[in-house]
Amino acid sequence: MATMTMIEAIHQTLREEMTRDERVMLLGQDIGQLGGVFRATDGLQAEFGKDRVVDTPLAEAAIAGSALGLAAAGEIPVAELQFLGFTHQAFHQIGAQIARFRFRSKGRFNAQLVLRTPFGGNVRTPELHSDAFEALFTQTPGLKVALPATAHDAAGMLRTSIRDPDPVLFLEPLRGYRLVRDDVPEGDHTVPLGKARVAREGDDVTIVAWSAAVQVAERAAEKLAADGISAGVLDLRTLSPLDVETLASTVAATGRCVVVHEAPMTGGFAAEVIATLNDECFYDLEAPVARVTSPDTPYPLGALEEQYIPDVERLARTVRSVMELEA
Amino acid sequence: MGVEPQFPPELGETEPASMLNPDGTLVAGQKTDMPPDQIVAALRLMLLGRIFDRRAFSLQRQGRFGTYSPVEGQEASVVGAAVSLDPERDWVAPQYREMAALVRHGLPLENFAMYFMGHPNGGRIPEDVNVLPVQIALAAQLPQAAGVAWALQRQGSDGVVVAFCGDGATSEGDFHEACNLAGVLRAPIVFVVQNNGWAISTPRRIQSASASFAVRGVGYGFPGVLVDGNDLFAVESAVSSAVARARAGDGPTIVETLTYRMGAHNTADDPTRYRSEEERAAWGERDPITRVKRYLAAEGVLDDAGADALADEVEGEIETALQHALDMAPPTASDLFDHTFATDSPRLAAQRQAWAAAAES
Repeated sequence: MATMTMIEAIHQTLREEMTRDERVMLLGQDIGQLGGVFRATDGLQAEFGKDRVVDTPLAEAAIAGSALGLAAAGEIPVAELQFLGFTHQAFHQIGAQIARFRFRSKGRFNAQLVLRTPFGGNVRTPELHSDAFEALFTQTPGLKVALPATAHDAAGMLRTSIRDPDPVLFLEPLRGYRLVRDDVPEGDHTVPLGKARVAREGDDVTIVAWSAAVQVAERAAEKLAADGISAGVLDLRTLSPLDVETLASTVAATGRCVVVHEAPMTGGFAAEVIATLNDECFYDLEAPVARVTSPDTPYPLGALEEQYIPDVERLARTVRSVMELEA
Repeated sequence: MGVEPQFPPELGETEPASMLNPDGTLVAGQKTDMPPDQIVAALRLMLLGRIFDRRAFSLQRQGRFGTYSPVEGQEASVVGAAVSLDPERDWVAPQYREMAALVRHGLPLENFAMYFMGHPNGGRIPEDVNVLPVQIALAAQLPQAAGVAWALQRQGSDGVVVAFCGDGATSEGDFHEACNLAGVLRAPIVFVVQNNGWAISTPRRIQSASASFAVRGVGYGFPGVLVDGNDLFAVESAVSSAVARARAGDGPTIVETLTYRMGAHNTADDPTRYRSEEERAAWGERDPITRVKRYLAAEGVLDDAGADALADEVEGEIETALQHALDMAPPTASDLFDHTFATDSPRLAAQRQAWAAAAES
């Protein structure tokens, strides 16, 4: 067991998987000599060579599309897209091509590849660097969407993603890269995709979250505990596949639920979570399920960020109001 | 000088057009059409870019500015293109380092400053200023610029669009699609590709195997010219010719300005990790501002004291703009919702109300 930051966990896992399997290769903008704008690939080009850690031209569609071709021909590409905000340029290759490659070739091809990309706000990045577009990619069947919240999970889920025969969009919380620090087991540490994690036990209400919102939920739960409310936190870890069983059983046990995410409300993944709870455990609910999200407006410039994305206060307020409701 | 020819190799040998030597003398046989007062005005804009960079870096270090990308080294590329335009009828489509071109076109400097302070008013463009917003997504402005040029053509205007991008942006699909469409339309547009050698850490030689970016025009059916991007006169001459061509209805041009990003990619970048001090120092010898100052001094138009006074004046202008920006009332929750749509939907109106209530509680 070693304590490390999320970025260190990602770096270490990439290095170990490249050592284990020579088909694993990295491509992306600024990942070689510079080691990535967040240093996720620091030193890997020097260690594994320019053939396996490749600085590409500035072209997201070409990075995603060539990753698919590399995978079709037997390589295992782990591509870095510099920010999720710039995956729109590659959306066709990701949504229309990578996601359905297995399906449309009747299994002749698969896309064993990982697209790593940082996302999320509250770090005062320039415009278009902060959006949380994860729900867009849950509408492209055939693609797995993984969003670790801890260094432990970043390492374990990245390893699983690289070994997964299907394509994985691996979303890394910008805010957590260096702030989140926890224990990562040594050796062949894996975390399955599609298995949610109980981040905090709680009897009265369940807060459902993923990625950087998990830490917001944990802090809110801490605050609520002082008021005598026992709030649990469920970290979904992956949105596709969704761990319906753990989601439903955890919420059924408390009877109350609040979903929190950084994305705007309308069409956000909270809506899918709530619909799933209606399907699975409606009669166990003691109150309507609430959601805490950003408003249905574009991500603002820095001066308004704190008012835009959910914070501890807003989440705790909503949880309190859910505690007062009767179904 | 930064070009590493790949294909076709003979084009890689082509020297960029230049008019003004680094020592401030004219290249033999060359003469600028720019009158002295226009050269001084251009110098002033170049100084505006450089001095604003310094203030922006210090404000970023104090936490009052967000991430900022400096223009240092590229001032002649930006300003040489800008002064070729008529703000009354022409348009500018910037990437994000072209503040001097935007200000010359009429954008208030304080708006540009507010953008980096994260204030929503930073995005505001006055009604009569023909510029597109600063564009963070590389090359995204180019298809839009082609659309503006198309509209000008449809409206029978003789206006022209200058669209800026960098060497990195030329690798994006949007670059290709915009150039191709503009070529087909014979649209009145000039693509100014500021080849500053680096896209964050990616050097020019692995950005493209093409001998130059100018040569790409051939594939789109229009001319491409390569100029010394640190030479105000050469850039002004090339872009003015391209603008005249576009105005006459003869279609687009690519002007590749060969220049150098003297600073970091932005305030979060550390270029010592990927490039040598020698390279930077060599380009420092080719400074675009120094050579204009030398030229003006030799011509007896503006001596050192005059140039210093000009810099002081620019500094004062920047301080005034920054003060206005810093004095701006902080944005409120309502600013989050304004301008999402022309009219709030009922759901958005409800959110607006909820956010306002939360801000007061």
